[in-house]
Amino acid sequence: MYVIICMHCFCPQNYPLYIRSVPSQSELKFHYTVHTSLDVVEEKISTVGKAMAEQRELYLGLLYPTEDYKVYGYVTNSKVKFVIVVDSSNTSLRDNEIRSMFRKLHNSFTDVMCNPFYNPGDPIQSKAFDSMVSAMMVQSS
Amino acid sequence: MSPTQWDLPPELCCRPMAFVALTGLDVVYNAVHRAIWDAFCANRRADRVPISFKVLPGDHEYPKCRTKRTSYEWYIPKGILKTGWMNKHLNLVPSLVVLFYELDWDDAQWKEKQSECATKVEIVRTSLQGRNTKVAVVLIQKKTPLPPGEDVVASERAAALCNACDLSGKSLFVLPHTDHLVGYIIRLENAFYEHAQTYYYNEIRRVKSHKEFLNKTTHQLLFVRHQFKTGFFSELKQDTQNALKHYRTAYSLVHELRAHETNMLEIKTLAGFINYKICRLCFQHNTPLDAIAQFRKHIDLCKKKIGSAELAFEHTAWMSKQFQSFGDLFDEAIKLGLTAIQTQNPGFYYQQAACYAQERKQQANQLCSHEPNVSYPTPDPVETASGALDFYGQRAWRQGHQSIDPPDPEKEKQGILALQLKEKDVPHSELIIALLSNAVAQFKKYKCPRMKSHLMVQMGEEYYHAKDYTKALKLLDYVMCDYRTERWWSLLTSILCTALKCSYLMGQVKDYITYSMELVGRASTLREDQKSRIEKNLIRVLMNEVPEAELDCDPGSVKAAQVLWTDRVSLGGSNEFTVEVQDYVPFIQCKAKFLSPSFHVDEPVQLHVYLRADCPHPVRFAKLCVSLSNQEYNQYCLVEEACKGKDILEASSQGNMCLVPGKTRKYCFKFVARTEDVGRKIEITSVDLMLGSENGRCVYLNWRGGGGDAASAQEALQASRSFKRRTRLPEQQVDWDAVSIQSSTMVISRVPRITVQLQHEPPALSNEMYCITVTVQSEEDTVAKDVTLTAGLKPGQDANLTQTTHVTLNSSEVCDDAHPALLTDIAVGDLQPGQKIEKKLYIRCVSTGSRIFLFHVSYAMSTTVEGKDITCRCHKDETVTIETVIPFEVAVKFVSTKFEHLDRVYVDVPFLLMMDILSASPWPVHLVSSELQLASSMAAVDQPQSQVEGVVLQTGECASECFSLKCPPVQNGTSTVAAGQYLISWKRKSVSAETPVVKTTVILPHIIVETIPLYVHAELPSFGRVRESLPVWYHIENRTGVVQDVDISVEPSDAFMFSGLKQVRMRILPGTEQEMVYNFYPLMAGYQNLPLLNINLLRFPNVSSQLLRRFLPTRIFIKPQGRNGDASIEAA
Repeated sequence: MYVIICMHCFCPQNYPLYIRSVPSQSELKFHYTVHTSLDVVEEKISTVGKAMAEQRELYLGLLYPTEDYKVYGYVTNSKVKFVIVVDSSNTSLRDNEIRSMFRKLHNSFTDVMCNPFYNPGDPIQSKAFDSMVSAMMVQSS
Repeated sequence: MSPTQWDLPPELCCRPMAFVALTGLDVVYNAVHRAIWDAFCANRRADRVPISFKVLPGDHEYPKCRTKRTSYEWYIPKGILKTGWMNKHLNLVPSLVVLFYELDWDDAQWKEKQSECATKVEIVRTSLQGRNTKVAVVLIQKKTPLPPGEDVVASERAAALCNACDLSGKSLFVLPHTDHLVGYIIRLENAFYEHAQTYYYNEIRRVKSHKEFLNKTTHQLLFVRHQFKTGFFSELKQDTQNALKHYRTAYSLVHELRAHETNMLEIKTLAGFINYKICRLCFQHNTPLDAIAQFRKHIDLCKKKIGSAELAFEHTAWMSKQFQSFGDLFDEAIKLGLTAIQTQNPGFYYQQAACYAQERKQQANQLCSHEPNVSYPTPDPVETASGALDFYGQRAWRQGHQSIDPPDPEKEKQGILALQLKEKDVPHSELIIALLSNAVAQFKKYKCPRMKSHLMVQMGEEYYHAKDYTKALKLLDYVMCDYRTERWWSLLTSILCTALKCSYLMGQVKDYITYSMELVGRASTLREDQKSRIEKNLIRVLMNEVPEAELDCDPGSVKAAQVLWTDRVSLGGSNEFTVEVQDYVPFIQCKAKFLSPSFHVDEPVQLHVYLRADCPHPVRFAKLCVSLSNQEYNQYCLVEEACKGKDILEASSQGNMCLVPGKTRKYCFKFVARTEDVGRKIEITSVDLMLGSENGRCVYLNWRGGGGDAASAQEALQASRSFKRRTRLPEQQVDWDAVSIQSSTMVISRVPRITVQLQHEPPALSNEMYCITVTVQSEEDTVAKDVTLTAGLKPGQDANLTQTTHVTLNSSEVCDDAHPALLTDIAVGDLQPGQKIEKKLYIRCVSTGSRIFLFHVSYAMSTTVEGKDITCRCHKDETVTIETVIPFEVAVKFVSTKFEHLDRVYVDVPFLLMMDILSASPWPVHLVSSELQLASSMAAVDQPQSQVEGVVLQTGECASECFSLKCPPVQNGTSTVAAGQYLISWKRKSVSAETPVVKTTVILPHIIVETIPLYVHAELPSFGRVRESLPVWYHIENRTGVVQDVDISVEPSDAFMFSGLKQVRMRILPGTEQEMVYNFYPLMAGYQNLPLLNINLLRFPNVSSQLLRRFLPTRIFIKPQGRNGDASIEAA
């Protein structure tokens, strides 16, 4: 069974640039879960304050636990948000592993942004990004 | 079983308080007793001891105590906790019974009363047989008692009464019925409280004492029961720390019980109860994290304990209740001052409760969908003889049964069937909605707008399932725009689908159309075939037909809806709808633009409207109209074609009124702006697109402003950022992203074809009549009519400039304050092609500084646009900045006749007034004349005459003149006087003769005038000659009214020999003059200092000889002796 359920990059205006989830009938539910997690992300960003913004850690940690999933968040300096949702029953994934997954995701996202033909704000349609995400999902399954 | 089977019993949820029974009070008929009772129970504040009082009759039967078991050896418990136990100890078995009895110490019938009281005590004791409950007696007395020890009778009788009643002295109380009733009552209840605590302490010991008789194999249930009871008694004793400890032990014991299908419910029920108690106490102890940890542990332990699969809904119902009651506890703690945070607030628990409630509903749907012929079993297996269960969490049909297998499989089956049938009647949706709305309220409080929206969507969906479509639609509609603005199209689509179903089932035409339009549009993530189906339905509705039913709807509701729709179709009228689309993402996009941000009035205004459909099938529309801010133009911006019934779906490539998906269509409009609109804005107020037909059903899509909808702004931004090369499209086709909205344009006047030239010599000199020549030349092909000139200070500058600037056309007179700063609309007449006219304008600037002047020439022209004759006004503006400077500076000085600077002058002593006029003008200035106008305090020594008349000053040159003046006597010695003014008349050298001269007035400074007591002046020749006698007369004048003594001495000098009085003292009479004659004999040539004359005034020591010496010449030029000058020597 896959562990990572969805991945999202949000542009600063909070609409999804990329959503990937394990094929399942309750995809919509994951979308809602990720959407609601933005409440916590925004609150965390806003409470850090401007002065601290520079030394703020990008990884936000566990956003909130639900009965079924754990939702983790990560925000880049340009306020692009990444969210990973993991099945609650999966205990093999440690905080450190989640952190490194986000870092990989961030690197890959940077590569996408460096593509001169990519228009920031458009949905991500990059094969490299796709395969990186797929690899990550297989790895953590 | 009621639907509230899962609710926690109230005796569990309340705060346990010691129970004290009061007997012997007649609260109905006896006012004194009533007052005592009220003092006990009314307005109990938090600082009073926690006791629950109850009034019982003296012969009240308390619950019988069962005979105590001597051995547990053969005892097998039937359950964990009896249902009546908590209530029994809260409300039935008192910790103390208090007997109230009216008896004064000096009562006449003391003996009788004493024995009556003893009897009453005995009755209560009998009724409490076997219990540890103590009895206390309170004597209600009319008299205030004496201090203890003083009343011998009282102490004697008290002892006797105690003896008679078999009471300890500590259990006898006296309650004087006097003024301080409440005070006495508080003391009484504190004493009761102590008794109660002792009682509960003993109860705890009693329960604990059973422990040694128990063994772990058969008495497991009792371990739990005893720990729970100990905990509960501790709570009654208000020892919450120990209560928590015992509850925690009970909790771990309950999970050690052997669990199997038959007792699972009982274990879970008790675990739930104990967990509730623990969490409640943790919150009470202000350790919320402990409460949360306990609850998490509880859920983790119980999550998998589903029990019987056929009754799986019971487990979810129980889980839901666990979350809900924890949420309630949490919320209650917050109300008492706990602070919650965004990620840990009661909302999450309510949400999870709702989640389990939803699961329960699904399971109930699966498990309870019996055939209609299955009837409820009789006799009712869930009914018990007493109407209630003996033990918590047991099955009614096998109470007390504790072995693994059910005793009677048939009965078990019947029981399960009965439970399933009952579950069917539970209003699941109601429960879910109540929980969701609780959660919504919490998330709203803790800043989770998206979570709130999500839960509202769930509520809406639940209302939809509950067939309350109105409420469902209301909720969904409310949150839809949040998802739209956040651009989460997948979520929006799902909400829209539900909303569409609701509007279909309710027969809401307008909503149906609105949602359909969005669902077939570009924001929808539906598959093409689904879009196609919806679009076909939409077209049906537009043609006033009944749409097909939405998928997955309740068949009964669909039937009702079809009837509704048929009614709507047959019902004429009100078939016109306007949909304000800018708040949606409709399937037709619109952009309107004026081709230019401004149009000259002599060219036609051009407007393009671009339309594009995103739906799967082509769309035909009936009308396109643009509304403009000036409605007169609307008639020019209209495309209309009678829509012909059925062919709305046909894609005709020629059809002007047909939108092919993915293709952009352009509609061009053109009109001539009216001349009145010059200088005004024309705005597109709205674009309307009519779908359907006027005789059937028609829908107006209304875009406010120049088009655009909820998604278009972001799309335009993305498009503008994009580096993608736009593919070249064939003629007539437009790239949609390349079109930008231009919703307003300005109508501006025709371009003028005249030249305006200005001639002048800057800078202007202040106060002068500065001349600017304006030359206007026409370059028009026809005659320019009504040429007017507006000239002067440009409006909108500093207000002071308006006051200090005056403009006139008349050169002959100097303009004054009455002249305006701006001359408007000077009629110039008509200008023939090529003609040139000149106007001279005179400006007077009173103050210096820079000013902007405006020259505005306007005229009327007749011309033809698009075959329409119009008369339009054109205008040309010319501005110039002119600096104003002062023409010259005037310096005024007072000097003595010796040209020494004076800071004061003396009465009747002549002095000089010097004027220096320094030219600061870059142009030569012609000084026409100057004039001195003296004040009355000054007089000229001779006739003053201008010395600078006709002088022309170049830049930087200076002209000076000088007047000899004298001051007449002033009062009281010293005063400051005005000197008058100095008038200079001048003009620029370059201007013509008729230009008026400018008069500049210089106010002369004030000067101090002083009277001196003695005035000295010398009379001597203008030069001397060596060795020739030089006679000098010194005139010494007494200007006072008194006789003055004057010491005069002449100091010797190397340059002169002299004859005369060297030192003398004399008297000078008032107003007279004394003459002193000296004969100086110069010895050296050149400028020589005269011998110094020292004058000392004995009466006026402050008038020094230095001061007086200033009136006298200090030196004289001595010529050398001439060759042939001997004769003159001899003559001397």
